Amino acid sequence: MALGGGGDRLVNANAGSPDPGLRPLTQHIEPGKAPLELQAYERTGGYAGLRRALREMTPEEVTQLVKDSGLRGRGGAGFPTGLKWSFVPMGEEAQRPKYLIANADEMEPGTFKDRLLLEGNPHQLIEGMAISAYAIQAEVAYVFVRWAYKRAAHVLREAIATAYRAGYLGEDILGSGYNLEMDLHVSAGRYICGEETGLLNALEGERPVPRSKPPYPQISGLWSRDTIVNNVETLCNVPHIVRHGAAWFGSLSHTSDTGTKLYGISGRVKRPGLWELPMGTTIREILEERAGGMEEGRTLRGLLPGGASTDFMLPNHLDVKMDYHSLNTAGSRLGTGAIIVLDDQTCPVGMVHNLERFFARESCGWCTPCREGLSWTARILQALEEGEGQPGDVERLERHARLLGPGRTFCALAPGAVEPLQSALKYFRTDFEQHIHDKRCPWR
Amino acid sequence: MATIYIDGQPYEAKEGNNLLHACLSLGFNIPYFCWHPAMGSVGACRQCAVKQFSDENDKVGRIVMSCLTPVEDGLRISIDDPEVREFRASVIEWMMVNHPHDCPVCDEGGECHLQDMTVMTGHNHREFRFDKRTHRNQYLGPFINHEMNRCIACYRCVRFYREYSWGRDFDVFGSHDNVYFGRYEDGVLDSEFSGNLVEICPTGVFTDRTLKEHYTRKWDLRTAPSVCVHCGLGCNTIPGERYGELRRIRNRYHEEVNRYWLCDRGRYGYEFVNSERRVRRPMLRRAVDEAAEPLSKQDALAYIEPLLRDRKRVIGIGSPRASLEANLALRTLVGRERFYWGLSENESRLIPLSLAIMRTGSARLPSLHDVELSDAVLVLGEDLNNTAPLLALGLRQSVRQIPIQKAEELLHIYGWQDAAVQEAIALEEGPLIVATPTGSKLDAVATSVFHGAPDDLARLGFAIAHILRPQSPDVEDLDEEVRAQAQEIAELLERGHRPLVVTGTSCGSEALIKAATNIAWALCREEGTAELCITVPECNSLGLAFIEGGTLAEAFQAVEEGEADTVIVLENDLYRRTAPTAVDAFLEGARHVIAIEHVASATTAKAEVILPAATFAESTGTLVNNEARVQRFYQVMTAEGDVQASWRWLRDLIVAAGRDEEAPWQIVDDVAQAVAEEIPELKSILDIAPPASFRMAGQKIPRESHRATGRTAIHANVDVQEPKPPDDPDSPLSFTMEGYGEQPPAPLIPRYWSPGWNSVQALNKFQSEVGGPLRGGDPGHRLIEPIACGLWYWTEIPPAFHVREGEWLVVPIHHIFGSEELSYLTPGIAQLSPDPYVALSPADAEAVRDGADKNPKADGNPKADKNPKADQHPEAGEELDVIVDVDGESFRLPVRVVPAVPQGVAGLPLGLPHGPEVDLPAWGKIRRI
Repeated sequence: MALGGGGDRLVNANAGSPDPGLRPLTQHIEPGKAPLELQAYERTGGYAGLRRALREMTPEEVTQLVKDSGLRGRGGAGFPTGLKWSFVPMGEEAQRPKYLIANADEMEPGTFKDRLLLEGNPHQLIEGMAISAYAIQAEVAYVFVRWAYKRAAHVLREAIATAYRAGYLGEDILGSGYNLEMDLHVSAGRYICGEETGLLNALEGERPVPRSKPPYPQISGLWSRDTIVNNVETLCNVPHIVRHGAAWFGSLSHTSDTGTKLYGISGRVKRPGLWELPMGTTIREILEERAGGMEEGRTLRGLLPGGASTDFMLPNHLDVKMDYHSLNTAGSRLGTGAIIVLDDQTCPVGMVHNLERFFARESCGWCTPCREGLSWTARILQALEEGEGQPGDVERLERHARLLGPGRTFCALAPGAVEPLQSALKYFRTDFEQHIHDKRCPWR
Repeated sequence: MATIYIDGQPYEAKEGNNLLHACLSLGFNIPYFCWHPAMGSVGACRQCAVKQFSDENDKVGRIVMSCLTPVEDGLRISIDDPEVREFRASVIEWMMVNHPHDCPVCDEGGECHLQDMTVMTGHNHREFRFDKRTHRNQYLGPFINHEMNRCIACYRCVRFYREYSWGRDFDVFGSHDNVYFGRYEDGVLDSEFSGNLVEICPTGVFTDRTLKEHYTRKWDLRTAPSVCVHCGLGCNTIPGERYGELRRIRNRYHEEVNRYWLCDRGRYGYEFVNSERRVRRPMLRRAVDEAAEPLSKQDALAYIEPLLRDRKRVIGIGSPRASLEANLALRTLVGRERFYWGLSENESRLIPLSLAIMRTGSARLPSLHDVELSDAVLVLGEDLNNTAPLLALGLRQSVRQIPIQKAEELLHIYGWQDAAVQEAIALEEGPLIVATPTGSKLDAVATSVFHGAPDDLARLGFAIAHILRPQSPDVEDLDEEVRAQAQEIAELLERGHRPLVVTGTSCGSEALIKAATNIAWALCREEGTAELCITVPECNSLGLAFIEGGTLAEAFQAVEEGEADTVIVLENDLYRRTAPTAVDAFLEGARHVIAIEHVASATTAKAEVILPAATFAESTGTLVNNEARVQRFYQVMTAEGDVQASWRWLRDLIVAAGRDEEAPWQIVDDVAQAVAEEIPELKSILDIAPPASFRMAGQKIPRESHRATGRTAIHANVDVQEPKPPDDPDSPLSFTMEGYGEQPPAPLIPRYWSPGWNSVQALNKFQSEVGGPLRGGDPGHRLIEPIACGLWYWTEIPPAFHVREGEWLVVPIHHIFGSEELSYLTPGIAQLSPDPYVALSPADAEAVRDGADKNPKADGNPKADKNPKADQHPEAGEELDVIVDVDGESFRLPVRVVPAVPQGVAGLPLGLPHGPEVDLPAWGKIRRI
């Protein structure tokens, strides 16, 4: 099954997919069709996880189960989910209220996995949030959804209302005595709002500037209260883990990183799309088997494996497994698992310029290197594209890629932004030099 | 203390401080922008990067921001590592991407932190070749010039304005490399602390607009340590002069007093020194209705001499805005029993009362810095933003103390981690309880707010004191609601580790001061465990109270009864002290009036002889602030012609009267010696500053910087020969650039400069630790420390306020801009001061409008304001003019509807030019025209 890359074209590519039981997140989603209604969701076993968690498990047991499952954050950073939850103060001393937030501000270029989950099966997210909120004993949950995801917001709003009516939200959920209020907030539409703490500021109505850490949101988050922010895909895994257990979750994967992963691919491939596959599926399988390989007449030059802020991989990396560990070892990151393919008829400088222009625009303006450095970077790349590159520009770009690295900026935006730049400079340096030498973009 | 290793060498540093603070305190140069010692660290600019190593074997290290890194024992860092040096230079390079190359025409040039840091990092070649972004500048009022293109986005301004000083009309807008710092539209900045933007801004975005009118580079300014003369707090300042004109005021750091800040009245009020209203020559008025004519100093003294022959017939009116030396010199001239304070009737009662309370009580008198650190505060009566502005700024910090402590305890966040603290304490503040008769801007910061007639607020206060200590008398017939409020406030105050009660003389209410005193004393478990801050109106109000004197009414009586016929008025406009009819009678009744004054006033207009006095800028002297801290101010500029310090005029008069032996005074130290002898309580006046004979390496301390220019050219139009530099016998300061170039003792610091540090940030180099005391100890001396507690309590509790039919209790209102005499002569301050008005509650205004000259019925209990964050500023309603009859005077005034004003109470702004000048509170009548 795939969500098509071209406009609203939605392709059902179920053929050739693994057994539906091995695709817990997406098996009941039919792209292009109406979202799964509550009753239909319940018929698939929906809300059984919540029932089980509330009736049979203590919050600590839920957290332990998620820890045991090895679930790691699917938003990009890959932090172990159960571990994150375990930092939340529990018991009498904990300040109230506590918050759980679903980060649905999916704005990473090339990434559209959460959109499918939001639009296709909203109750799966709501159930995942309810269980997760129960685990940390949160009273209030928010879905922070990307501004452009109008349909997702609409679907979610309806689903939340339905869940309230069905008693899955609100007071005394399923007679357990546990209360949870849930609301939807539509982002004002900046990339930085998807940064965990920038999101908190945005939700509070402040400038969405990332916050200082520590304090971490787990102990001082939304309105200074204990808060967990999890990615949509992460949260959608939780009901299934509760229903089927940690061992089952581990068995879904090809590698030591557990579960399935929504992998997307865009660029000049035959079938751009999105698939839920075992964690650790190779790049080759996704590119060649799922996406059908490159378009006729085009050759693979490289790819960003996990969204716009990951390092380029080359054709010789095709057998790298798409999981946290393997991609790290290979010099990139799993990120969001959204592959962006660069082919031989597309200018790598232009591609990087497109990305850096985006990141420069989306810098919040708080710290100097990101605010000024990314903008400068984008302008050099633009000059290269316009035939106005100058000797020294490659070195300038290299210097920026180095100086905007981790630890030098306030948050991870700029270090992520320069990942494609630094690897492009490494792998496609001659293209950059040719732009300067020829005083034009060879692809124009 | 922890041992840290900087580039391999061990150093001692305080554990828990941030590394930037520690390194700067150790004398290292690390460039920085967003960090500020008073505002902490946020990690925005990334300029203060250093390299941290995990242990001695770690050769790679990682780049960290020193401002965000806590000092721990064994910490290993490098400031000098090539990689981190490259990064720091790159940060400057990024900032310079959009910063214009306009240093030669920028007001900040020569004292620009950005220039200094650029040089420090070594960035000197610009590779950026694209267009710079540009911004539109805003009109921000008469004090601040805005030049946004120079902005490097360090966020200091917005952090100071919004978070530190709670201004609401300034913010940061936009994002990415297009952030804008300003108001949402052009307009006068609303904060009375806006001038601090000039010093907070590390470059030329916010500059002093009054300086721009007569611009001079920092290095050409002649500067000296001084003390602000525009309220009773005694903030330390550095005025700067060139070509005989005072050009600006800057902050002078004092750890315990104003630290890094000044209010806009203190910063911009200086222009009276240059005013056209200055009296610059001795003047003689030969007949009452004639204009005064100039005459020479000798002629003036010769004219006065016969008037002084019968000593018993000469009385002197002192001044709360003249130095101790001047007042004592006057007292020496006229004799103890003929020296009068020159205070209003209310102040003559309240200021000595305040001093008596300070002397006898168990509560500690807090410095401004103590106020910042208080963790449970009650303000009783004072509208601090208008009467003692920096106290309001201090209280804004006090509400953060408990949350900061909590953040430290629960989250292990240090107080200096400002961004983290902001997040952690977003919902918590206080307690700060503000109770005023007519509302205060501080209401918006307060955790609870009360408005009521002064007597009702006093009753609330007495009730709180009684709850805290049964020995403090109880309030009879107290409304249950008020009692419950008192209970709540008492509990909040008692919970504080550093509780503070703030009151003052501005309401004219003795009961309020006594109630506040009872609370503070009741809070003292031991002496000094609670603090009591009493504000006084003028720069030497308290100092004057140390010198015994009579009241103005007594002076009036002396003339009326024919005991005296010659009056010497020292730096005092009596028309600001009491009703004009009384002053007229007094001045007209006296046969001879001699005014020693620096600006012409209604009083000098009646004087027979006017002797031109030096202002604070042209003289050296001593003041006592409301904390009973004796502080020395130094002459900044030479006095022109016959202008001289008041004490010199008075000495000359004593000598002219043939009593040389009574005033063997050559220099100000001699008068200070006399002060110490006459008033033993003030004997530390001799210890607060080095004597005039003090030299460093045999040299004086130069008032001019070593870069001062134009020295031989300044007078070239008059004489090509360089004139002999003026002498200053009164101090160890010289008027030239020659002298001892290193750091002088703290009382003598004329400016902050250190090699490589040309901006105000050079201050770091003058402190024994960043944010700590100046090297060798801060100047000045506290006169009063608390004594044993629980001795006694005030017992006179006023009856509850009752709305009177047909009458209003008229209470005073003060305005930071307008209510103070001297600062009003700054055009910008005059521009911002209101026209006279009378403030009424909405209901009363309605009633007056409807022609009923009486109040609607209301109980007089203090009203807890449930919505204190709402705008408390007086609203201009429909125009309504009324006649206010009060204290025997009648005024026609427009009505301002002020929701905070209780029913039955009317607010009357005092001190405004052309406004009413009466002793308040008093009952009055209001009727529609």
